[in-house]
Amino acid sequence: MNKARSNPLNTAAMHGALILYTLIALFPVFVIIINSFKTRRAIFREPLALPDAESFSLIGYQTVMKQGDFFLYFQNSLIVTVVSLAFVLLFGAMAAFALSEYKFKGNTLMGLYLALGIMIPIRIGTVAILEMMVATGLVNTLWALILVYTAQGLPLAVFILSEFMRQVSDDLKNAGRVDGLSEYTIFFRLVLPLVRPAMATVAVFNMIPIWNDLWFPLILAPAEETKTLTLGSQVFIGQFVTDWNAVLSALSMAILPVLVLYVIFSRQLIRGITSGAVK
Amino acid sequence: MTALTLTNVNKSFGTVEVLKDINIEVEDGEFVVFVGPSGCGKSTLLRVIAGLEDVTSGEVRIGGELMNLTPPSKRGIAMVFQSYALYPHLNVRKNMSLALKQEGQSKQVIEERVAKASKMLNLEPYLDRYPSELSGGQRQRVAIGRAIVREPKLFLFDEPLSNLDAALRMNTRLEIANLHQQLDASMIYVTHDQTEAMTLADKIVVLRDGRVEQVGSPMELYNNPANQFVAGFLGAPSMNFFPASLLGDSGDTTMGVRPEDLFLSDDGPIAANVTHVEHLGGDTNVIAMMQDHQITARLFGQHQVDAGQAVRFDYTPDRTYRFDSQGTRLS
Repeated sequence: MNKARSNPLNTAAMHGALILYTLIALFPVFVIIINSFKTRRAIFREPLALPDAESFSLIGYQTVMKQGDFFLYFQNSLIVTVVSLAFVLLFGAMAAFALSEYKFKGNTLMGLYLALGIMIPIRIGTVAILEMMVATGLVNTLWALILVYTAQGLPLAVFILSEFMRQVSDDLKNAGRVDGLSEYTIFFRLVLPLVRPAMATVAVFNMIPIWNDLWFPLILAPAEETKTLTLGSQVFIGQFVTDWNAVLSALSMAILPVLVLYVIFSRQLIRGITSGAVK
Repeated sequence: MTALTLTNVNKSFGTVEVLKDINIEVEDGEFVVFVGPSGCGKSTLLRVIAGLEDVTSGEVRIGGELMNLTPPSKRGIAMVFQSYALYPHLNVRKNMSLALKQEGQSKQVIEERVAKASKMLNLEPYLDRYPSELSGGQRQRVAIGRAIVREPKLFLFDEPLSNLDAALRMNTRLEIANLHQQLDASMIYVTHDQTEAMTLADKIVVLRDGRVEQVGSPMELYNNPANQFVAGFLGAPSMNFFPASLLGDSGDTTMGVRPEDLFLSDDGPIAANVTHVEHLGGDTNVIAMMQDHQITARLFGQHQVDAGQAVRFDYTPDRTYRFDSQGTRLS
């Protein structure tokens, strides 16, 4: 075993650093959650105190439940995020497979073209996108968001996945061909499972910005029935008065699904490290 | 009948010609080894036969049928890869049966063939294990098993032993030789290791720079090489080459003597200074400098020779070879 790793002092220092980082990272989340269970006055008097019998209140959650259809927002956000992610992963992986596996004219150019999107923020095209959505009648539908987020996520997905797919052994794919597997089976059954860690990385990278995005829901789908959670929470933030109880409660609830998705993907990340098929 | 016929096969990647006008025939039941230094095109040739690469021009016939455009799975071949290429998410049994399932064989046939192959290769205890739970040698046997169950007309081996350690390599080499006898199938085997080629082959095809240098049985090539390249490539340690003028011959010819044909002799014509001695027990390899040409002598038994010593070698005159400046064999 590595000497540096087995040294208890080093281990302690390493864990200390990690624990410190975890505390710093989790602190805002912690503050949001404890304050969401307090009365408005308690939030401002002692923001860091835990809710006790006197300051405990569910008023924020009650407001959130009463005002607007929060479960619908929730559902919208979830649908948009999950469907966009699925599209990004599927199409990204397919494009990456084609780029890494097949030799054709303009392969490199095509790869560069697909990766170009990494350098150009999609928001620059907002006006054009809005015009396009109006023309196709997709404004105020979840499809508008799904399509935009898929486009937004694809460049990075193609870039990362094609790099990983190049590392999948040629022999394995050829063995599949000799055994009579179709190119689709080779892609889905042999290559995808081997690049699962990369897929998880891409998923996590894409998931957070989509879930938190305010810009496109506000412009493309502000209608009541297509509001996402982030957009829905904005009703509590006014120019002069902000209902902090409601904002904090809404945020607390918004954390949950991302957390669940993250746990799913991170487990894939660990499980994906299955080696041994190819020496 | 011929198992494989290659006629005027050419293959180029862009402007780079990898295979140049290859003509080879493999008879039924024959064990043919493609051998050559790395980059000589032997693996590409195997991939062309398998259908993983298309030929640029020429004909590939397997069992008499033209196969130029037939996909790999329909060619009646099975291939064993250098890196084993087992499917990581399938256990040994499923690894072996996948191709049969794709062919649409009945469950009973699949089970029978897997049982037969795993018995032949002593894989029965491992059928439910995953590739990651097997050792290198076991994985290699699974890869071979995966080829056997298909009962192909032609087996293709792509350097199957190069990932194994020396002891295992020898055992697996014997297993492959046994397998060839049991199955009585045609096999093509690619390697850069001349020992594997000499020990396994019925027929050796020596390749260099995408060209066939010589085809023949191991002993034919050993005793009667067509050129300096073949002479130097087969046999270990490899043949000694030096200008014939060093031994008082006129003309611009190169002389070749195999290390085992040299012997110590007090009045031999070759005077050399020993630079290194390898004592192998059964043999003694003496590496010496004859002016500025390194020569190796393989002496049978144990000899007391020291580095720095001046020695003289003699040789049997009818066991020498002569090549012209282009490397072509003269006599």
